[in-house]
Amino acid sequence: MNARAELPVSAPGTKTDTGYIGKSIPRANAKRLLQGRGTYTDDLRFPRLAHIVYFRSPHAHARIVTLDLSKAKKSRGVIAVFDGRAVAEFCTPWVAVLGHLKGIKSAPQHAIAIERACWQGEAVAAIVAETRAQAEDALQLVEAEWEELPVLTDMELALDPATPAIHPDLGDNLCFHRELDVGTVDEVFKNADVVVEETYHFGRHTGVTLEGRSIVADYNPAQHTLTVYQSTQAPHMMQDIFSRHLNIPEANVRVITKDVGGSYGIKVHVYPDEVAAAAISVMLKRPVKFVADRLESFLTDIHAREHRVRARLAASKSGEILAFEIDDLTAIGPYSVYPRTSGIEGNQVVNLTGGPYMHKHYRAKLDVVFTNKNVTCQYRGVGHPIAVAVTEGIVDLAAAKLGMDPAEFRRKNLIPDDAYPYTSASGMKFELLSHHQCLDKLLALMDYPALRAEQTRLREKGVYRGIGLASMIEVTNPSPAFYGVGGARISAQDGATLRLEPTGMVTVMVSVTEQGQGTEAVFAQVAATALGVTMDKVKVVTGDTEVTPYGGGTWASRGAGIGGEAVLQAGKALKSNVLDVAAAMLGVDKGTLDVTANEVYDKLTGATKLPLSEIGRVGYFRPDTLPMNFQSELTVTRHYTPRTYGFTFTNGIQASLLEVDPDTGFVKLLKHWAVEDCGTILNPMLVDEQMRGGIVQGIGGAMLEECIYSADGQMQNGNMADYLVPMSGEMPDMEIAHVQSPTKTSELGAKGAGEAGTAGAPAAVMNAINDALAPFGTRVTAQPFTPEKILRALGKV
Amino acid sequence: MSVKMQTAIVVNGVTENRAVEPRIHLIDYLRDECGLTGAHAGCEHGVCGACTVRVDGEIVRGCLTLAVQADGRQVDTIEGLSDSGEIADLQKAFHEHNALQCGFCTPGMLMAAQDLLREMPNASREEIREYMSGNYCRCTGYQSIVDAIEEVLQARRKGAAK
Repeated sequence: MNARAELPVSAPGTKTDTGYIGKSIPRANAKRLLQGRGTYTDDLRFPRLAHIVYFRSPHAHARIVTLDLSKAKKSRGVIAVFDGRAVAEFCTPWVAVLGHLKGIKSAPQHAIAIERACWQGEAVAAIVAETRAQAEDALQLVEAEWEELPVLTDMELALDPATPAIHPDLGDNLCFHRELDVGTVDEVFKNADVVVEETYHFGRHTGVTLEGRSIVADYNPAQHTLTVYQSTQAPHMMQDIFSRHLNIPEANVRVITKDVGGSYGIKVHVYPDEVAAAAISVMLKRPVKFVADRLESFLTDIHAREHRVRARLAASKSGEILAFEIDDLTAIGPYSVYPRTSGIEGNQVVNLTGGPYMHKHYRAKLDVVFTNKNVTCQYRGVGHPIAVAVTEGIVDLAAAKLGMDPAEFRRKNLIPDDAYPYTSASGMKFELLSHHQCLDKLLALMDYPALRAEQTRLREKGVYRGIGLASMIEVTNPSPAFYGVGGARISAQDGATLRLEPTGMVTVMVSVTEQGQGTEAVFAQVAATALGVTMDKVKVVTGDTEVTPYGGGTWASRGAGIGGEAVLQAGKALKSNVLDVAAAMLGVDKGTLDVTANEVYDKLTGATKLPLSEIGRVGYFRPDTLPMNFQSELTVTRHYTPRTYGFTFTNGIQASLLEVDPDTGFVKLLKHWAVEDCGTILNPMLVDEQMRGGIVQGIGGAMLEECIYSADGQMQNGNMADYLVPMSGEMPDMEIAHVQSPTKTSELGAKGAGEAGTAGAPAAVMNAINDALAPFGTRVTAQPFTPEKILRALGKV
Repeated sequence: MSVKMQTAIVVNGVTENRAVEPRIHLIDYLRDECGLTGAHAGCEHGVCGACTVRVDGEIVRGCLTLAVQADGRQVDTIEGLSDSGEIADLQKAFHEHNALQCGFCTPGMLMAAQDLLREMPNASREEIREYMSGNYCRCTGYQSIVDAIEEVLQARRKGAAK
């Protein structure tokens, strides 16, 4: 069994003193979930609540010839039926493009499709009934006549002039194209001692949140207000969306996010069926609920990945990496997803490939194309799993060709720890990374030489073990450069309000949301530390646009770093205000006082002066006893935006140990290690759990998960029996260790950690499989690495 | 839409007399009729384990069991097990190991874990992983869940030996 992680109470280099930061404190808000007493959106029940189900296109691309909802409308319990045109009267369409992704294009998308459907599962009608069962009964009575249109599923054909454009108005099937050419790539490749080349394929997969997407929308016509309860990562972004597309003033839209049953990027996007639900609440002037069932989740939750990347690497014979070149083709379905666009994942691949290394020459080409499959967009890791696998795969291939040990080859080429600040070949600016410390720590943690020796011994016995390494960089704490500069109304800043309650308790309201990752727990730790109170005095509130400051929410590994800094600054400001009251009450200089353990004390003598409950009592109920010109301010708000760098990069390295059975193609994962550097660690246990969960999610994509489509655009495995996800029996134990290089862009020094596991695990596993297959002179490069693919590589099937 | 059937189901020790449609699944009965929302519908076809509840002491999938099949039987849910204190040690271990993140799988996970603790008190770490393989968790990567169950197994064995 693994002991719970503990770290020193303060990270080196941080200015924050002791307190609760850096301690593995269990999450207070987990208790309700452990008793089944959480409140997920589907748990909400309201008077007159109506239930929506959608009639969805059975075709990947088809024109709606006739749509007859009359029989459905007469079905028992049915309140209303709507087609796309009816809903469009209340809800404007959108086009998902961003100004800084030059040339990106997409077509207008309606909440419910009008005239034609562009992927299997696109909603074309809504049925609203007293109960969901009644709505589903009525669904069987919808009659539709379709004219099937040409279906584009093979992304390699998308840009062929002979292939019809899915959206004729756009002219072709190209959503976004980008090229980057740095240094003298052609010359370097021409003169290099060693050139390796390989093509990598990444299957489509999806988030499989255990809780389906859920929304309850409640429109009040008397005041023209809309209250939306939604399982989302970004309540303020959704408030803006509902306001603009339903034409309701922003302040009249309130988005409340209760407990969220898994998100991982799936629930940070605008889904047409959810916007339609809000519109239907307006149309019917009553509360409505829509909860995606499992089939709908597979057909309409964003998918991700589906890339084909051709990669080349040039190196000198002494083992110096000179250049990378990639050509990435990725398919995103028929629409760019609103409002973040579907150009970001490919863009990240261009930005991040080769990121850990010192090469000066880099060329990348990216084509993002439309197809008639479900849409893809940002999902945990966003481009990182692709970039890391391509980089680390081809780095291993080069090491093998050079006859160098993969660890030594990395040591020779990773950016030195004293080289910062550093700008990568792709133009990414790194404040401070720790590749070599992480590599050294990892090799020691796993006892790399011993594993290599064991591997050699076992091979003689016909046991094929593989060891795979994957170094990586990761985008966290993004500045407005990610979305805001491109015109998206997505906040890069977040805020925290701290209110001292009369009894000395502290209410902390933060715009970052809780999805189970422990946001509220670390904010409580930071608030208690900053203010000098014990954890039991702190209550954290998130997920309500009418209560918290304005902010971005949870995505891009930004919650702890950005929200945490806002909490820290608000906590410090509140403490200062508390001391103002105390100084006034005591008639002493404020500078002689501080707060610890819920009490104001004299810094010189250490003597306790006042409990915070007394500050609260006087501040709220007896301000008449304070000086005439003094007003207490026991509620403060502070915000934080990272701006010094476009992204606060982190780094890390992972290793996988596994065994391949050459007779069956089965892979047994034996152990996984990760060393990561997320700067100041707020709660080591929670960081470790983010890493472990992320690693297994990455392993899922690398080994098991794939949304399989037929040539005519039908998803073949839209259920959890056929779409395989990692279960406990197949997953390895994971050892996690840390290096801490706090960012100096904030006082807290915290960077992100939520996506690192997912970013690096597929590369580590791929390299380990290929290491195990090395004696057979074959490699696999198409994820997921199923037994079938491994047997094919071995020439056995 | 069929004629409702009268049922008497003992839910967490209290007899619920309700007329239910024969097609209603136990998970929907518990959530919609009884207002017990602790058990969740996840995959809706018996794979993910989020709807796991106990019927006459045996764990079942609430999405593969009809409510009328539970007529005259005892149904225990996470709410009942929480209030009786039966799994307090397990809940504490899950809490301390952070063996949950979003918590959506947790009620089903705890029901299955308690079943394991009763059925296989000497389970090894590998056996825990195998036994729990019918319950999907997307957040944790499973290790902390296995750690928590292993700790409670050891503690209960020590308790039994006293």
